[in-house]
Amino acid sequence: MRIPGLNLQWTVLPGDAPVAIAAVGEWQWTEAARLAREGGGRLVSLWGADHRDLSEDEDEFSVYAAYAVQAGLAIVRLVVAEPALSYPDLSGLFPAAARMQRALFDLLGIGASGAADTRPWLRHGAWAEDAFPLRRDFDAAKLPPNALADYAFVRVEGDGVHEIPVGPIHAGIIEPGHFRFSIVGEKVLRLEARLGYVHKGIEKRFEDFTVAEGHRLAGRVSGDSTVAFAWAYAQAAESLLGVVPPPRARWIRALALERERVANHLGDLGALGNDAALAFALSQFMRLKEDWLRTSGEVFGHRLLMDLVVPGGVASGFDAAGAERMVAESKAIEVEVRDLRDIFDEHAGLQDRFLTTGRVTPELARKLGLTGLAGRASGQANDLRADFPAAPYAELAVRKAGYAAGDVAARVHLRFDEVLESLRLVRAIAMGAPDGELRVELPQPRAQAFGAGWVEGWRGEVLVALEAGEGGRIRRCHAHDPSWQNWPVIEHAVMGNIVPDFPLINKSFNLSYSGQDG
Amino acid sequence: MIHILKRIVRTGIVSEDAPSPLEALRTRAPEIQAEVLKLLGRALAIRQVDAGSCNGCELEIQAVNNPYYNLEGLGIKFVASPRHADMLLVTGPVAKHMEHALRIAWEATPAPKLVVAVGDCGCTGGIFGESYASCGKVANVIPVDVAVPGCPPTPIAILQAILTAVASRR
Ligand code: SF4
Repeated sequence: MRIPGLNLQWTVLPGDAPVAIAAVGEWQWTEAARLAREGGGRLVSLWGADHRDLSEDEDEFSVYAAYAVQAGLAIVRLVVAEPALSYPDLSGLFPAAARMQRALFDLLGIGASGAADTRPWLRHGAWAEDAFPLRRDFDAAKLPPNALADYAFVRVEGDGVHEIPVGPIHAGIIEPGHFRFSIVGEKVLRLEARLGYVHKGIEKRFEDFTVAEGHRLAGRVSGDSTVAFAWAYAQAAESLLGVVPPPRARWIRALALERERVANHLGDLGALGNDAALAFALSQFMRLKEDWLRTSGEVFGHRLLMDLVVPGGVASGFDAAGAERMVAESKAIEVEVRDLRDIFDEHAGLQDRFLTTGRVTPELARKLGLTGLAGRASGQANDLRADFPAAPYAELAVRKAGYAAGDVAARVHLRFDEVLESLRLVRAIAMGAPDGELRVELPQPRAQAFGAGWVEGWRGEVLVALEAGEGGRIRRCHAHDPSWQNWPVIEHAVMGNIVPDFPLINKSFNLSYSGQDG
Repeated sequence: MIHILKRIVRTGIVSEDAPSPLEALRTRAPEIQAEVLKLLGRALAIRQVDAGSCNGCELEIQAVNNPYYNLEGLGIKFVASPRHADMLLVTGPVAKHMEHALRIAWEATPAPKLVVAVGDCGCTGGIFGESYASCGKVANVIPVDVAVPGCPPTPIAILQAILTAVASRR
């Protein structure tokens, strides 16, 4: 029984991710959420699919919710039919559901009944209010002129309150989004983000690919997490195809995932120092990151490791010389990272900016569903590599990092801990990876076969749910970035802080715009 | 502080220890600087605009700023406003929701208004193509001087594209 207290017919999916799926009725949909919440579970993702052409009366859609519970990932599927097309709101139990539900409406026209906030989220002006891109009869030829769409920001009234609008284009080499600050003096009373600017129709685009080639698109949902997404996609594809990747491929995937984690943490640690006026940190960490990326490029043929993880295995491996190089490099970088950590710790100016800034208490983190590295810095001790260790993580015994302070300082400490742990893992994997094949042949998928993948990327848990169509094509692919959960929490983290600390707080989370916008 | 200074001394100037492809570029450094000066009479100011990228291209543009590539040493810097920029470095397929913002940024950029489209997406729409949510390549929205392919292009390729754009307007 996946969600204790609820009697459902669970189908356990084959594959590396511990996933089970069950059909629910409307009452059970809410009950599953309530029981998952009570049992300390979290909402991982919520999405929908158009199944009208497959249903008897041609009027059925499906809505899915995925919960992380003690036994693994529990996905419940509710069938909703025209003309009502609605399902019970989950945002009362899981606040993170609110934006996912708004996105689900924008893309499929299925609404959450009882939801307080029904403003469009991903839809600005590119498509009409009554056109839904993920419906199978969506006609992309019938688009309205691409007009600017107004957005009803929540207004803060009062003496001396004024607004600072920022974006969508930001001052820096970063992704676009809009932030509306309501402030008094220097102090932030409220922040409201409006995202969706880089929505480029990825989930619709998946329909143009076959199951065997969709990893390339999945690996570009959020470029900084390309390995995590490609691996989650590969797990989903392997699950629906009933394919088992060779042992060596699994080890190389883990190596790539840890290399991605190190690269991102190094870059962010440098940027965090820089945002607190220590430019020295930026040059030092960016130098280390560049060394690291060059090694990835020379060993695997791509600096960011794009397209390395493929359904059925990996596209390339490494030889003994590559292993030695990675081991030596990770030892050398470890010495430098420890040294830089000491410098961070003893730098009064940095500590002054980091400590108590952008605080998310463990209570708030639990309530809002803060996930991934930011969650672990706020007492949410979840890490799929340790909690549900798929091969090869079971053998590597990942040490989970964790802090309770929930401020910028805690997120900085956590990143240092995780870099050091990943450097250890890189060495262990480079030395311990078994010999053997890199990939196996893929059979043709059965139409309507369903699979899911779930991977702890550097930012947090990435979920890919995949449904095959006719002729080996993808019918529906949902790729979920953990930024969905964490963006709303940033709005709480900045409250009461001063405006100049926003970049620092934002960087300490470093969330993906592309990953949430799709 | 002493710890920081020690570390700086120990690290040395890494820009000089760059590998061979960079060396080739570096021998051209005086020419590049002269090129930039001839065109603008001062440092080249670049405004980067992510018009819909997956953020992979951003990672490599950030890398161009690391000590190895020593961008500022070539007389090139990134600025916060298009009004201060000579060049727009645009990534991504242009998301429909960014079309307007990109046009405004382009209009705000003073002449000579160089535009470099970065990455397969910027060049052709890349893997995302044209769709209900994507205008495709950057040139579908604003005039482009140079387009650099790659997914993402390497920092060296990005640097070369910037320099090619400067040279092309001489
Ligand atoms: S070219 Fe590649 S890396 Fe750059 S935005 Fe497009 S998909 Fe991402």
